[in-house]
Amino acid sequence: MKISREDVLKVAALANLELTDAEVETYRGQLDDILTYIEKLNEIDTSNIEPMTQVVAASTDDSTLRDDVVVRSDVITEVLPGAPDPAPLYFRVPRVIEK
Amino acid sequence: MSAETAWTIPEVRAALDARKISARELVKEFYARIDQRNPELNAYLALSPERAYAQADKIDAAIASGDALPPLAGVPLAVKDVISTRGIPTTCGSRILEGYRPPYDATVVTRLEHSGAIVLGKTNCDEFAMGSSNENSAYGPVRNPVATGRVPGGSSGGSGAAVAAGLAVVALGTDTGGSIRQPGSFCGIPAMMPSYGRVSRYGLIAFASSLDRIGPFARTVRDAATVMSALAGRDLLDSTSSAMPVPDYAAALGRSPSGLRIGIPDDYFAEGLDPEVRRKVEAGIGLLEKLGCRRVSIRMPNTDYAVAAYYIIATAEASSNLARYDGVRYGARVPGGTLIEMYQKTRGRKFGAEVKRRIVLGTYVLSAGYYDAYYLKGQKVRSLIARDFREAFEKVDAIITPTSPVPPFKLGERTSNPLEMYLADIYTVTGSLAGVPGISVPCGKTSEGLPVGLQIYGPAFGEQRVLQLAHAFEHAGGAEL
Repeated sequence: MKISREDVLKVAALANLELTDAEVETYRGQLDDILTYIEKLNEIDTSNIEPMTQVVAASTDDSTLRDDVVVRSDVITEVLPGAPDPAPLYFRVPRVIEK
Repeated sequence: MSAETAWTIPEVRAALDARKISARELVKEFYARIDQRNPELNAYLALSPERAYAQADKIDAAIASGDALPPLAGVPLAVKDVISTRGIPTTCGSRILEGYRPPYDATVVTRLEHSGAIVLGKTNCDEFAMGSSNENSAYGPVRNPVATGRVPGGSSGGSGAAVAAGLAVVALGTDTGGSIRQPGSFCGIPAMMPSYGRVSRYGLIAFASSLDRIGPFARTVRDAATVMSALAGRDLLDSTSSAMPVPDYAAALGRSPSGLRIGIPDDYFAEGLDPEVRRKVEAGIGLLEKLGCRRVSIRMPNTDYAVAAYYIIATAEASSNLARYDGVRYGARVPGGTLIEMYQKTRGRKFGAEVKRRIVLGTYVLSAGYYDAYYLKGQKVRSLIARDFREAFEKVDAIITPTSPVPPFKLGERTSNPLEMYLADIYTVTGSLAGVPGISVPCGKTSEGLPVGLQIYGPAFGEQRVLQLAHAFEHAGGAEL
């Protein structure tokens, strides 16, 4: 067994995910299977291989940089109505600072 | 669906030019079909009649005043629900974005509308494009119009089903590990994933940013090529979009593929390939040989590691991209006593099972102590897979494979084992990792009448070659093999 209940709970906390006890158990088993499968990558020696971090740069040469110009984005009145709890001109959230 | 009710882009254009139908009447006809077929298929999640009729009226006005029409004038289009459409609900198949209406359009939508296309609505998909069967949508699965007891493939299942059922002439899908090509194969229509960087991702709601691509579903390869020309090109709003010139893809079709070298990777015809799919794809390769293509046996030795590398990289990127759904700025919120509790409840209760599974896996492979063993290792293996493709394209002009190792399966048949579902992505994740273009074209049917897809890969930015081969294959009767 590669992954424990505690591992799942720790990762869920990092990802801000509430999981039920049943979900923790299901994911523990499934992740165990998946991580065991992923171990097959250890069959290949990659000590002299560079990680692939860019796709376009790897396939073509063109530069896609543009000038860094400030553009005004005036969308508050369109964006706020879509928020779960808007308090113009802000997004309201539960209290984060204790009195 | 009967042949006379199917429309292609040239047929739409001919009918408009001859004044046999107006763009408005055409839109009405498509909405009538959707009303009739969608309750069963569940291909569309939202319709946008106001916007569609407004665009149709513009086209009709241009026709009335004798203006030159753009290449997609009046063409009814369906858009996958992970692509932003201003004012039209965009849920990504997720409860967490229920009710969300984006304040802007994705570049691809702007471009296609500029070319005259008419957005009919948004198509169903696996939640946040995570899945291979469309069974992970929070709004219910899509049925395959070819065999309604079976899945249409995923994650762009709604787009595939809409075009196959004649509920749109063309559709946009997205492909991260096969999500355009595999539903194209399952629904029996051409479906193309362009090179990474060829089509702007601005306004595409991100799943895995180094892998995500937008591309077309169509009834013919020519239609796919026409849409590709409208989609492709540099966009200053996507720094990964390429400035490489965009050819007129449709204009290059019809040239004989005689003399082209087609690579057949032995590694793709190994264990796990359904015998009927194998026979059909072998027949497809035979057909390409009859057209004058030269068959070359090639090795792509790292193929067997692609699924593992893909599920590390894709889930790692997803865990980061999906961090933004926190109940603050858009979509759903589940109340909680503290901010963190609100985040946890919102995400825990509004994301579906597959999305949560991938967030947990992606967070795990990126977490302290595991980064080198998993994420870095995955990126190194990705380099090796890209190298397999580069070396192959030194010897051949295109690579031919099955699109999926299995024909469309029954709804519910494969939902219990996620790893098994992932393993079936083997032929498509390789090209996703390498960044190359690929198309799935219909390649006959199984004895049960289920569509088989043949996949054609080309080198990065080699869309023209891929489309040329696919078109020749289609015209030689590939679908009837």
